[in-house]
Amino acid sequence: MQNTLPIKMEIQELSVFYKSFRALNKVTMPVYEHKVTAIIGPSGCGKSTLLRSLNRMTDLVPGALIEGKVLLDGEDIYDPKKDVVDVRRRVGMVFQHPNPFPMSIYDNVAFGPRLYGLKKRAFLDELVEKSLRSAALWDEVKDKLHQSGMALSGGQQQRLCIARAIAIEPEVILMDEPASALDPVATLRIEELIFQLKERFSIVIVTHNMQQAARVSDYTTFLLMNEERAGELIEFNVTTTLFTRPKDKRTEDYITGRFG
Amino acid sequence: MANLKAIKRRPRWYNKIGYWLQHGDRIWKALLFLSSLLIVSLVVWIAWRLWYQSTLSRHQFGWAFISPWVPSSWNPALDKFQAWPSIYGSLITSVIALILAIPFSLGIAIFLAELAPAYARPPLNYMIEMLAAVPSVVYGLWGIYVFLPLIVVPIGEVIAKTAGQIPGLTTFFGGPMPVSGLSRFGAALILTIMITPTITAVSRDVLLAIPQSQREASLALGATQWETIWNVLIPYGLSGILGAVILGFGRAIGETMAVTMVIGNTTGGGYSILKPGYTMASIIANEFAEAVSDLHASALIEIGVVLFVTTLLLNAIARWLVWNVNHRTMGR
Ligand SMILES: Nc1ncnc2c1ncn2[C@@H]1O[C@H](COP(=O)(O)OP(=O)(O)O)[C@@H](O)[C@H]1O
Ligand SMILES: [Mg+2]
Repeated sequence: MQNTLPIKMEIQELSVFYKSFRALNKVTMPVYEHKVTAIIGPSGCGKSTLLRSLNRMTDLVPGALIEGKVLLDGEDIYDPKKDVVDVRRRVGMVFQHPNPFPMSIYDNVAFGPRLYGLKKRAFLDELVEKSLRSAALWDEVKDKLHQSGMALSGGQQQRLCIARAIAIEPEVILMDEPASALDPVATLRIEELIFQLKERFSIVIVTHNMQQAARVSDYTTFLLMNEERAGELIEFNVTTTLFTRPKDKRTEDYITGRFG
Repeated sequence: MANLKAIKRRPRWYNKIGYWLQHGDRIWKALLFLSSLLIVSLVVWIAWRLWYQSTLSRHQFGWAFISPWVPSSWNPALDKFQAWPSIYGSLITSVIALILAIPFSLGIAIFLAELAPAYARPPLNYMIEMLAAVPSVVYGLWGIYVFLPLIVVPIGEVIAKTAGQIPGLTTFFGGPMPVSGLSRFGAALILTIMITPTITAVSRDVLLAIPQSQREASLALGATQWETIWNVLIPYGLSGILGAVILGFGRAIGETMAVTMVIGNTTGGGYSILKPGYTMASIIANEFAEAVSDLHASALIEIGVVLFVTTLLLNAIARWLVWNVNHRTMGR
């Protein structure tokens, strides 16, 4: 592995508990800047848990507890002095099911910038267009910016959510199975999009689809449950290496499909 | 497989009838259709009876009966009737009640749905539901003996001394209020208390029904909890919350017993909220049993017609509003 790459986030000995249940056990891995990092593993192994702990969405679950550190540019996001709002502005998120707000397409994209207090119409217009272009949605919606975002197709809604996330210029974008609810064509468009977005953002993507991980990511993490059903990191490596020459027997079993 | 054989062995005529009835679906449809027909005909029948029985009054007074611009008098002894004061009473008490109840109810609903810690929710919810279930006569009694003297009268005095002194506002806030506190204002406040639990409970359920993914989307963009509530949850639930408000308005304008007990029951003119008055519902309840003449009874029934039409109009407006909001936000 090239260890000289700039590191954007660093996950150190991270464990996550839901009440007394340990869902994630001492995971340590880097997130490299301007790279796509995929998290793969069987269902229930803690992929979403790991991803959501990277922008403190775990805070929303009553009884969730974090041990270990998540460094963003060297600073622990779980430091009590850290402002969670600031963390989430720097680490954006796209969810499994498209969740646009019931507002116009324009208002969806302008939602984040408006929270910052950006009100100037001309500026917002420009930002909305830029974000929709980056999300490869502009051409399809430019004539109906003031129609409801809920009226778009599933794939378009998901790209709208991506546009909404990048409108606030985060540094990292987390994606939780962003294409699992979409048809193959829409999936392909999202994958192409991810490829373009990594020039500007560091991306972490959860997927249960190994072909997808192989197609879009530069690095891959493989998680698996241990005997107590806690997710553990089995292997982290450059994607091509992990898929062609896995070091661990369990990784090999999983990627060759000999595994649940 | 025994069952399958039994079905196959059924006589032909039986299967034919079964086919024609679509195996029960037709019967069901017919039953449901009949019951909805029954509801509609009931409404039509009520409307027609009210219309028919108010003929005497309608012919006698015409449109002047409901006009705000004619000198009003309600005098059973002289067979003179005019409904504007009670229409005004209904509108003003309901509108004041709504204006006061909306911020309260929304605040409580937001607290219950979004902010309250888990252990505090069941008792609070229970209290809201209980308040909604208290019979209105109890509110009326409590109003007369506790609420009017202790709260309404002092507030009324303050209003009379402040807003009541400002030229132009004297019409609406002029005092003095009767020492008993019986007044439109007293009725409006009682109505506020009565419709708050209704609006609260419905808006709370509306908020609770909003998918968690909406909150997550907003928070993940760096919104605070308040920003999420104001910018996402309230707009998302707006049509439902509007429905809750209309429900509250319907309850306020139709409320009879509690209002009759605290509004003072006079047909005197004047617009001041500090003065006693009547509402459409309370004048019917109060006078119908002792109507002195056919014209008197007929006039009261015509008020019933006005109340009926007002309610229908309100419902239509509500539907239009809800449709409009849905159309704008959800794209349907
Ligand atoms: N909010 C929660 N409360 C309690 N347990 C949870 C919660 N979310 C996830 N879990 C548990 O944590 C484990 C990992 O879940 P998750 O991270 O969603 O897995 P994955 O995304 O890999 O399918 C599962 O056993 C799941 O039941
Ligand atoms: Mg998951």
